[in-house]
Amino acid sequence: MDEQQVRQQLRQYIVREFVRDESYALTDTEGIISGGLMDSTSLAELAVYVEQTFNVYIPDPDLTVASMDTLNQMVARVLRG
Amino acid sequence: MLIPATRIQYRTLLDAAFLRAPATDQPAVIYVATGQPDVVISREELHGRVMLYAAAFQTGGLRPRDLVMIADTGSVDSLYAFWGAMLTGAIPSMFPALTEKLDPDIYMHNLAELVRVSGVKAIFTGDAFAPQLAPRVSCTVLSLQSLMQTLEWADNTFYPYPPAPNDTAFLQHSSGTTGLQKGVALTHEAVLNHLASYSESIALSRDDVVVSWLPLYHDMGLIAGFLLPLVQGVPLVLMSPFDWVTHPALLLRAIQQHRGTLCWLPNFAYNHLARRIRARDSEGLSLAGMRAFINCSEPVRHDSHRLFLERFAANGVSEEMLAVSYAMAENTFAVTQTRIGAAPRLDVVLRHSLEQEQKAQPAHSSLYDGKRQTQEVVSPLAQVTLVSCGAPIAGVQVKIVDAAGATLPERQVGEIVIRSDSLLKGYYRRDDLKALDAEGWYATGDRGYLAGGDVFVIGRSKDLIIHAGKNVYPQDIEAILNTVSGIHPGRAVVFGVPDDKEGTELIAAVAEVDSTDDDARRQLQQAARLAVASQSEVSLHYLTLVTAGWLIKTSSGKIARSQNRDKWLHERDHPAGPPPAPAPPEA
Repeated sequence: MDEQQVRQQLRQYIVREFVRDESYALTDTEGIISGGLMDSTSLAELAVYVEQTFNVYIPDPDLTVASMDTLNQMVARVLRG
Repeated sequence: MLIPATRIQYRTLLDAAFLRAPATDQPAVIYVATGQPDVVISREELHGRVMLYAAAFQTGGLRPRDLVMIADTGSVDSLYAFWGAMLTGAIPSMFPALTEKLDPDIYMHNLAELVRVSGVKAIFTGDAFAPQLAPRVSCTVLSLQSLMQTLEWADNTFYPYPPAPNDTAFLQHSSGTTGLQKGVALTHEAVLNHLASYSESIALSRDDVVVSWLPLYHDMGLIAGFLLPLVQGVPLVLMSPFDWVTHPALLLRAIQQHRGTLCWLPNFAYNHLARRIRARDSEGLSLAGMRAFINCSEPVRHDSHRLFLERFAANGVSEEMLAVSYAMAENTFAVTQTRIGAAPRLDVVLRHSLEQEQKAQPAHSSLYDGKRQTQEVVSPLAQVTLVSCGAPIAGVQVKIVDAAGATLPERQVGEIVIRSDSLLKGYYRRDDLKALDAEGWYATGDRGYLAGGDVFVIGRSKDLIIHAGKNVYPQDIEAILNTVSGIHPGRAVVFGVPDDKEGTELIAAVAEVDSTDDDARRQLQQAARLAVASQSEVSLHYLTLVTAGWLIKTSSGKIARSQNRDKWLHERDHPAGPPPAPAPPEA
């Protein structure tokens, strides 16, 4: 998988589905959950999206705010497969 | 088992099964967590731990009728502390945990306010948090560590305090704007009456197993997901709400593994489970042993039930397992319950009659049972499908009244008022608030109607938002936004937006700002969203920044929430369309 492509797709998905404002310029390092852009139900939704889009299954113990709070963290986790 | 017929054998909550018959290795509580082995607590062990907590509380100076807040430790310690406190005659009350998203300063400030207003004598919390909290509040702060130290240097004999049936057993903190939360005081008698009637309404038996992810500071979690199984001696499988919301399949695995039969869920949870469990996580799981998933705590949506049924039919979920209850902390818990084992009745009514005339006029000739096909006589858009909340449980009377308090006929929408043998004794230390009228009726603030003996709930009388089973006061969120630099104080409005995908109301905010610079607006977006997330239990789902003059105000200068919501919805749904016709200003 191409890192830029994964980053681009995840960024678009997050601003569309969670921030609900596609003009929002999401940075790579801002806390998406800790910053209040996504609520607590969203990590489960993200897991479904990642599986459908990238065919990567993230096991439950890896789905935590601490390990999935920024775009950089999410991209890295997807690329790990 | 406690039912109305055996009610006389129970005097107080200390007659709970695990205290009456502790010498058994039957599991009382099974705590499940992602990536951890299950923790099985037998009745005997639960009894032993509760006695130990009681002795430590007593030795530590807790006296009968002292109020103890249990700031949920996210572990089974909270369960022991609740019962331990009750055994000493003190009055326990559960309080939400400090989560990673909340600002600890604001959380401690809110607790300190509650201590001051309600005269809290002690707070029980986790070992790590206790030293931070202690200097911030004017009461004793206890944790597991300090309690056990107490026992080391003292005699751990416990002197039981037998409460009277009409003593306050515990408080449930009812919703209320921040700082004004009201402690709903419930007596042993009221709670026992309720558990007896409610158990009968769901035909509770020894074979039942309750599975719950619900927080214990909420009536549904505290009563249905904690006290009911422990008092009745039915196993409880419990998990953390934070764990569940991120890993929703945990609930289904727990149901299969521990042979769960009963599970209470707010409406949004049906959507969350249906949409956010990955196919491989539900494959092969059997939910066929369930007796009921009971929808409670927020308006029930027929679409959410259908989504859930379609998603989990392959796992053995059937329509007959879907049940509904209408409940509130002031009545201990349930007011109504649909019959277990039968799909809840649906009422298809004309939208314009409901909205314009406040009347639930059937779109078809009669109520139908959800199976029988009726002829399409009205376009689907012109009708609304409402799900019955069932009939009042034993001991509860329900009537629908108009603004003047006069009883309304069937199918006329008004305020729901109730009278029962499980209502609150009063609001704790708030003698200024009259909970009940002279005849003992409690006005719920909910709107609904009666049809064929069933209660149908339409919504709330006020601007209250119900998001994911939580009551959210728009004024609390507006107050937070008003402190964000760059937003004009008093120029932020918050309202609920119904969302079909989530099966609940989402929280939208509109704020007037001066800045038109992209960077500055982005920073404002961040600051506002962070402020709400760290100072409240929710996050903003929509935040729209507008220029001065956008917001509609009433003639008295107040911001009109419903009109601004209509304007915002119109702009969202018709991005390039003309402005809506101006609505008459609110009084």
